[in-house]
Amino acid sequence: MSRTTQAPKALRNAGNYIDDRFHLAKTGKKQLGKVFPNHWSFMLGEIALYSFIILLVTGVFLTLWFKPSMAEIVYDGSYERLQGVPMSEAYASTLYINFDVRGGMLIRQIHHWAALIFVAAMLVHMLRVFFTGAFRKPREINWLIGVALFALAMVEGLFGYSLPDDLPSGMGVRILQGVLMALPIIGTYASMFLFGGEFPGEDIIPRLYMLHILLIPGILLALIGAHMLILWHQKHTQYPGKGHTEKRVVGTPMLPAFAVKAGGFFFFVFAVTAGLSAFVQVNPIHLFGPFTPTSITSGLQPDWYMGFMEGALRIFPNWFDVDVAGYSLATAVLVPGLVIPGLIFGALALWPFIEQWLSGDKRHHNVADRPRNAPVRTGMGVAGITFYGLLWMAGANDVLSETFSVSLYATTWFFRIAVIVGPIIGFIVTKRICLGLQLRDREQLEHGYESGTIQQLPSGEFIEVHKESSEDTVHVLESKEPVSRIEVQAFDENGVEAPSSRGLMGRLRLRLADWYTRDNVSFEGVRPHSGHHLHHGAHEEEHSPEQDREEATT
Amino acid sequence: MTENNRNHDTDPGADGSDRVIATPTSTEERVISGTSEEQGSHEGAYSAEEAHPRPEEVQRKGERTAAVWFTLAFLGGVGFLVSYFLFPPDAQGDPSIAHPLVGQWANMLMGGTLTLSLFGIGAGMTVWARQVMPHYEVANDYDELPSSPEEKSSFSDFFMRGADESGFTRRPLMRRTLLLAMAPLGVAPIVLLRDTGPLPGDTLRHTLWEPGMHMVVEGTHREGDSQWIHEGDLRAGGMISALPYVEPDPEHPHGLSLDAQAKTVILLIRMDESDFSDEMTREQRNWTHNGIVAYSKICTHVGCPAALYESGSHRILCPCHQSTFDAANGAKVVFGPANRPLPMLPITVDEEGYLVADGDFSEPVGPTFWDAQRGE
Repeated sequence: MSRTTQAPKALRNAGNYIDDRFHLAKTGKKQLGKVFPNHWSFMLGEIALYSFIILLVTGVFLTLWFKPSMAEIVYDGSYERLQGVPMSEAYASTLYINFDVRGGMLIRQIHHWAALIFVAAMLVHMLRVFFTGAFRKPREINWLIGVALFALAMVEGLFGYSLPDDLPSGMGVRILQGVLMALPIIGTYASMFLFGGEFPGEDIIPRLYMLHILLIPGILLALIGAHMLILWHQKHTQYPGKGHTEKRVVGTPMLPAFAVKAGGFFFFVFAVTAGLSAFVQVNPIHLFGPFTPTSITSGLQPDWYMGFMEGALRIFPNWFDVDVAGYSLATAVLVPGLVIPGLIFGALALWPFIEQWLSGDKRHHNVADRPRNAPVRTGMGVAGITFYGLLWMAGANDVLSETFSVSLYATTWFFRIAVIVGPIIGFIVTKRICLGLQLRDREQLEHGYESGTIQQLPSGEFIEVHKESSEDTVHVLESKEPVSRIEVQAFDENGVEAPSSRGLMGRLRLRLADWYTRDNVSFEGVRPHSGHHLHHGAHEEEHSPEQDREEATT
Repeated sequence: MTENNRNHDTDPGADGSDRVIATPTSTEERVISGTSEEQGSHEGAYSAEEAHPRPEEVQRKGERTAAVWFTLAFLGGVGFLVSYFLFPPDAQGDPSIAHPLVGQWANMLMGGTLTLSLFGIGAGMTVWARQVMPHYEVANDYDELPSSPEEKSSFSDFFMRGADESGFTRRPLMRRTLLLAMAPLGVAPIVLLRDTGPLPGDTLRHTLWEPGMHMVVEGTHREGDSQWIHEGDLRAGGMISALPYVEPDPEHPHGLSLDAQAKTVILLIRMDESDFSDEMTREQRNWTHNGIVAYSKICTHVGCPAALYESGSHRILCPCHQSTFDAANGAKVVFGPANRPLPMLPITVDEEGYLVADGDFSEPVGPTFWDAQRGE
């Protein structure tokens, strides 16, 4: 370990061969030294990346046997229970993968589990980036790519699990067709063109197959490549800590430690996926039976990432449907099918720009925010999670109704109200918690931390000894920046309205900016450990004007 | 992977070098100070002050642990290959895994060994990184992102010189005709999509149902006139999911394509005629026969089969999104997201009492579309 071995001859020759042609020695050294900040939350995106690799590998394997054909056949294969049943070739070939190809069932289940994990990892990774403000300048473009990746991955998953043409997935395609049909004017055309005629037709599986194995994965691959290149070029964000500044990134270098750690982590992700696929059954299409447009079963659920749309379709009422002169605008289909996902993804995509517009903050940010230090953003994030989560749960309202013996319609009504009230409560509670944590941080910064040691003073008074926080903790606490805000003063000293605050948009911006920045615990002028170390009576001073103010404005 | 320790322990290990950031935990710190000569002779990729090599005995132990994991992984991998061959086809060439129980065992054995193999490699690599490799963090400058004004203006000059030189900026006729030339090509891919399917026309408004057509129970073997549904097959409170009877042909052993099934499937429901709501129109009552009503089974919301029927309340429920229809009142929507009632199929009986259709549906079946209720 304490000596540098010379590169083996074969490696040197290969290196020289490549360098003769690409001149890579200098770049190679620099890139192999790339710094990866250490934090568990940076591994979420890695899980998504590794799941995607697993999906590519297992997907190629599945194409060897899968037949994307809707030709109707009568099954005569080796799975006895379905012999004599009419079904599509797609479904029959999936049975073949399950029951004739050794390891076929395993690979199918790995593919399915990896897809579930892929989307889940992307979602959690996205939440991490959101809550830590890692989407801020200069990383907005990569955030947009991420949002696009998430939306595409959902569609990719939907198309993928539709391919076996089993009963539940076929019903998913039916619902897709129903949503298309509801589009005003173009709906019937869109449906006829996509399905090559009436539902179900003979074309949809081959077309979804092409989209699933060629077009969308191609786009995903390109976007993931761009995502990684941008990340590489701009370098990672990092959490606040000693030596972590806006100018310098601190972490493990690519060679040797990160490469080995990341490699090992890839195998862990693959191992978990394989373990699930070995012992936890997923999407047992041989138990579901083939698709027919006339049959259904209760308790149907899509894969988890489509659950929020399913929930929206269930709880959105038909009260707003427009029927005029024989023309129908089925808002109960259009709103949950298009408007709600549009709102969710639209809000995600626009958030970095909205925040910039409100805060006027055009600086580069490399040190991540602690979520508490951006209370409105964090509150909005929790409101979003609550909205999404309630819609998702509403997608299983029949299961909830059965499990807990509640009236089905009562669950519908509960979710109708909860998706509106829940996010509001979530926002308020989260913002309060953030502000509370800010106050505690300021107290700790000024007075040190509560050591748990009780001392009796000569006067007889008992006090708790406060100790100085470690240097690292102080760095973290001090990372809170003054809130950047646009000038809310609508009039200058001559009583002239500022140009930016004129008009509807100007006034809206001012109101929103005030809402965005109003409640915040100022750390200005706070010097570490400036308070009395042995004295615990600082609560009166702590009750600062800011605190009064936020209590008043809630 | 995080080794940052942000609690209140004061980290004593930060030595002079400004590139050393994280410091080992206190135990490691002690060990390192004991092996300072070794540290001095470190010649890794990063200088000795940055890298904190593990002491030799820790490394040796790490190497052994990693080797155990890698050996386990090897055995797992071999086990995977072996378990593949444990399930060969039988003498007739039929796969043994076709039996669900055997298939399950094969899946667990192959998956289990594969998991062991992958996990072993992951665990071994982690031990390698944590116990054999030196432990340190390094710092690196973020790039200054906006280029300097000189660089920007120099680029801008260069670019505009090139653009001017090309004439693109100064030759509007050429520029505009080029853009014009590209426009139709941009539309071409969309036009080419036209033949992906036929125009809707009035296909969505008609189904196979026509007067005098007999009915068979959906989901069973539907060959032969012995399967026709007789009015006596339905008792009050009963419900049958039915399809029109069509002579089988080679392509469709059951007579109907999936497309046709998706449009023609109906629910036959019988109730006491006195249970019919007063709101039902005379026309709707004429479409019933002796308390038997026929509704399209395809939900008008997004097209799932509305397959659940509760005879007490005469309610039809779609299990997908819980649209609820009142069978005693022209399938009016009483709860949920559906836009309009399930279309009604006029029915009657032939001379022998078999149920037959008396025409096509009153409205287009399936998901409500833009002009579904527009009529012909």
